[in-house]
Amino acid sequence: MGGMPDAGPSVDTLISVFDAAAPLNFLSGHGDRADPVVALTFGVLLVSVAVVAIITLLLGAAIWRRPGIAAQPPGTRLSLEPAAGGQRWIGIGVGVSAFVLLLSVLWTMQVLATVASPAAPAALTIEITGHQWWWQVRYLSDDPARAFVTANEISIPAGRPVRFRLIGADVIHSFWVPALFGKTDLIPGQINTTWLEARRPGVYSGQCTEYCGVEHAHMGFSVIALPEQEFTAWWDRQLRSPAESDAAPASAGNIAFTTHCGSCHAVRGTPSAGILGPDLSHLMTRRTLAAGTLPNDSANLVRFIADPQAAKPGSMMPRPDISARELADIRAYLATLN
Amino acid sequence: MSVSDYERVPEIGSAVLRPGLTDRLERMWETRPGIRGWFATVDHKRIGIRYIVTAFAFLIAGGLESLIFRLQLAGPNLRLLTPEQYDQLFTMHGMTMIFLYAGPVLTGFSNYLWPLLLGARDMALPRINALSYWIYVCAGIFLYAAFAAGFGPNDGWFNYVPYAARAYNGGPNVDFYALGMILLGISTTVGAVNFVVTFLRLRAPGMSIDRVPILAWGTLTASAANIFAIPAVSLAFFLLWLDRNAGTHFFDATTGGEALLWQHLFWMFGHPWVYAIVLPAMGMVSDGLPVFCRRPLVGYSMVALATVATMVLGFGVWVHHMFATGLPSVSLSFFSAASIIIAVPSAVGVFAWIATIWYGRPVFTTAFLFFASFIVLFTVGGVSGYMTGSLPVDWQLTDTYFIVAHIHYVLIGINVFPVAGAAYFWFPKITGRMLDERLGRWNFWTMFVGFNVGFFPMHLSGLLGMPRRVYTYADGMGWNGLNLITTLGSYVFAVGVLLLIINIVSSYRRGRPAGDNPWDSPTLEWATTSPPPPYNFAVIPTVASRHPLWEGRLGEPDTQQRSSLKAGFLLDHGRETLGTTALEAEPDLILKMPADSYTPVILAMSLTILFTGLVLHIGWLAVAGALAAAADTIAWTWPERSLGQTAGAADA
Repeated sequence: MGGMPDAGPSVDTLISVFDAAAPLNFLSGHGDRADPVVALTFGVLLVSVAVVAIITLLLGAAIWRRPGIAAQPPGTRLSLEPAAGGQRWIGIGVGVSAFVLLLSVLWTMQVLATVASPAAPAALTIEITGHQWWWQVRYLSDDPARAFVTANEISIPAGRPVRFRLIGADVIHSFWVPALFGKTDLIPGQINTTWLEARRPGVYSGQCTEYCGVEHAHMGFSVIALPEQEFTAWWDRQLRSPAESDAAPASAGNIAFTTHCGSCHAVRGTPSAGILGPDLSHLMTRRTLAAGTLPNDSANLVRFIADPQAAKPGSMMPRPDISARELADIRAYLATLN
Repeated sequence: MSVSDYERVPEIGSAVLRPGLTDRLERMWETRPGIRGWFATVDHKRIGIRYIVTAFAFLIAGGLESLIFRLQLAGPNLRLLTPEQYDQLFTMHGMTMIFLYAGPVLTGFSNYLWPLLLGARDMALPRINALSYWIYVCAGIFLYAAFAAGFGPNDGWFNYVPYAARAYNGGPNVDFYALGMILLGISTTVGAVNFVVTFLRLRAPGMSIDRVPILAWGTLTASAANIFAIPAVSLAFFLLWLDRNAGTHFFDATTGGEALLWQHLFWMFGHPWVYAIVLPAMGMVSDGLPVFCRRPLVGYSMVALATVATMVLGFGVWVHHMFATGLPSVSLSFFSAASIIIAVPSAVGVFAWIATIWYGRPVFTTAFLFFASFIVLFTVGGVSGYMTGSLPVDWQLTDTYFIVAHIHYVLIGINVFPVAGAAYFWFPKITGRMLDERLGRWNFWTMFVGFNVGFFPMHLSGLLGMPRRVYTYADGMGWNGLNLITTLGSYVFAVGVLLLIINIVSSYRRGRPAGDNPWDSPTLEWATTSPPPPYNFAVIPTVASRHPLWEGRLGEPDTQQRSSLKAGFLLDHGRETLGTTALEAEPDLILKMPADSYTPVILAMSLTILFTGLVLHIGWLAVAGALAAAADTIAWTWPERSLGQTAGAADA
């Protein structure tokens, strides 16, 4: 189990198989903030299973303790049992329950204190803005030249706590990376904060969990934990503007993109600077399209641009008014954004 | 009828010694036949049956909605429904089950049973009772008319802003929901007031508050809570309606409003409401289960107190619906502790019910099966609630299918199963015929198996991270098999509910005659005929114990005073019942009861016209509705001679 650092490799294998089969499960923790909660979850789950088992056994015993009466023909007066007895059941049952409940409260408070803030100072702060139905990701830095914006995929350094500022752009969304910690809402008019830590490099799935409209189902994201050095390299690369390509389809696509897409989408260092949709600088480095709706490959990219409403009905992106030629050019241009 | 009629000392007698008494009472209390009587009646039994039938109609509607969207969720990436259709369906399903089924069905049973349980001839405010029903049915039609026109509520039953604001939800969908809920709130509030007054003033002489059936405690507690809780939600919906239609910004953060204000107002109501729609059902079990254990309930006083304690604590836990909203951990931890500790009074009930079976002798009727299985379902719903009470755990559990499992174990386990048991238990009283026990077994086992097969896997899909309120999900998330099982189970469960309805319909005509007291039950409703006459009791019974019909059979000393069921206050000078003191139920005064009247149905319709005018922005229609409501209220409150409200006719 993720909560136990000393667990052997075979347990690790089981966990990774489980995580691959159910990527949004929260029963295997993968970081400092998740682990105490996983332990508490298993604790209260065990108490719950035990309570249901005990009550079911007691009920069964109460029913089958003596031969019951199969049926009652209307109006028959079956004999009555004496009214005495049974009060002790309530005394003992409630006493034991109250004791277990109090212990649960204490454990809860202890976990709350543990997960309140990271043991080490946060490595960086990332600002997440929830939109219908995608995630804007802004990397903050004291050096303004190093701040940048991306979307739907959040890279973090492994083994370092990372702080998040959460903002709701339109309606309420909720930020959830189950392997790393529970949910925090993004609410218009207030800024919430949370922090995460991923013990090991890996890809951790995230999902919006507050109902936010017709495409609430397709509002996923990923947290990608990278080794510290790779993370720094990744950041440096994100800051670069795309290399201008002179090759025919890409350069035509650049123009078509600016005309048809640039008022909503941005590509850093180009005239396209829209803020209504996800920033597409370095689109090719992302694993998925449309907030986790489709794997990011050439076919899906063309399919999605041609008719966003097919894969994601209700999406804010309208069907663009472009020719097949323009579509192919734009695809070629987007392929250069790596 | 004269004013001094109030001051007379009522005669004591019995129907046997007064030939013609029952005929005279019948003439005074009966509802006129035909359509006129149908609209005018204030008989609590007719109103109660209507409530139950209407609530079952909504149960079927809400059930069909879920059967449709469960098809969509049976496998990954299915596209049977558009997202917008799915959103309306899941919103209508939640709204219907929580507001139009779960509350009203219990109101229906309590409406029917209370005066019979308490030994009175009607509820304290019979016309208010009729008004409560008519507004309920009008609000239900109002909301379903919107749905039929394609404008059903679409923001979940919890209707969070800003998604409910006009900027993000431009259609009239949310306006229908807001006004429909305000309308329904009027119904619930006046109904709640009626229950509280009836409990305090209409109990039979001698029925001190430690002799009242637990069902009455449950409904009293729920009603008192509703009086405090409904204003919060009615206000919230009214403010939202103003935001959407009059340009205010109570909930609009861009202009100084506060999105979380909605959540506070909604859950300050919403959580007490959850208890209000289970406590009366728990009361049904507390009263019904002991009959089939052939002994009184273990720990009566503790169960009654636990009922009240649950409700009081229930007002202090609303924030556990808002654990992820970023409120400070210190304040959240208070609500977390309260949400865990609230399980203590629930434990009282569970151990009292099990001890009652343990020290009794079970009779395996269908009603017993429903009541006994309820204990397990209650426990499952209880422990999943306990898990979500723990704040850090809830940060993971909230808004996953684990919560969907929890709410269904609570609402189906603690409401539908007791209601089904109550149907088997009280159907003979209501109709004079028994429900079929053999079909009953099939009914029970289909519902029990279908429910658990359908809803238990939701716990697991929740633990595997499946979010709520998604119209579809991707392949490869680990949820496919669980969702397929859930869909299959929900269809089996629906067949179980269908069997209940078939049993009710067929037994209504062909069931075995029941007699007055088929189960040999101990409480007052079984002392009168099945079905009861319009006046309930020929004389007002006098009560000397919790079990008037079991006296002398429980090994109590011979010297103990006995209840008097056949002889008591006659009260035959027109429609009358007895008012008693609040705690000891000592005879206090004669209550003149109003006759049938059209004013309640007209008021309900006028208000519905007013609300229809508001939602459709048809000014003259709204004004006409308001004027009609005002005129009807004047007519309603006009002093009546038969009620002794005019002074002039002292000796008429």
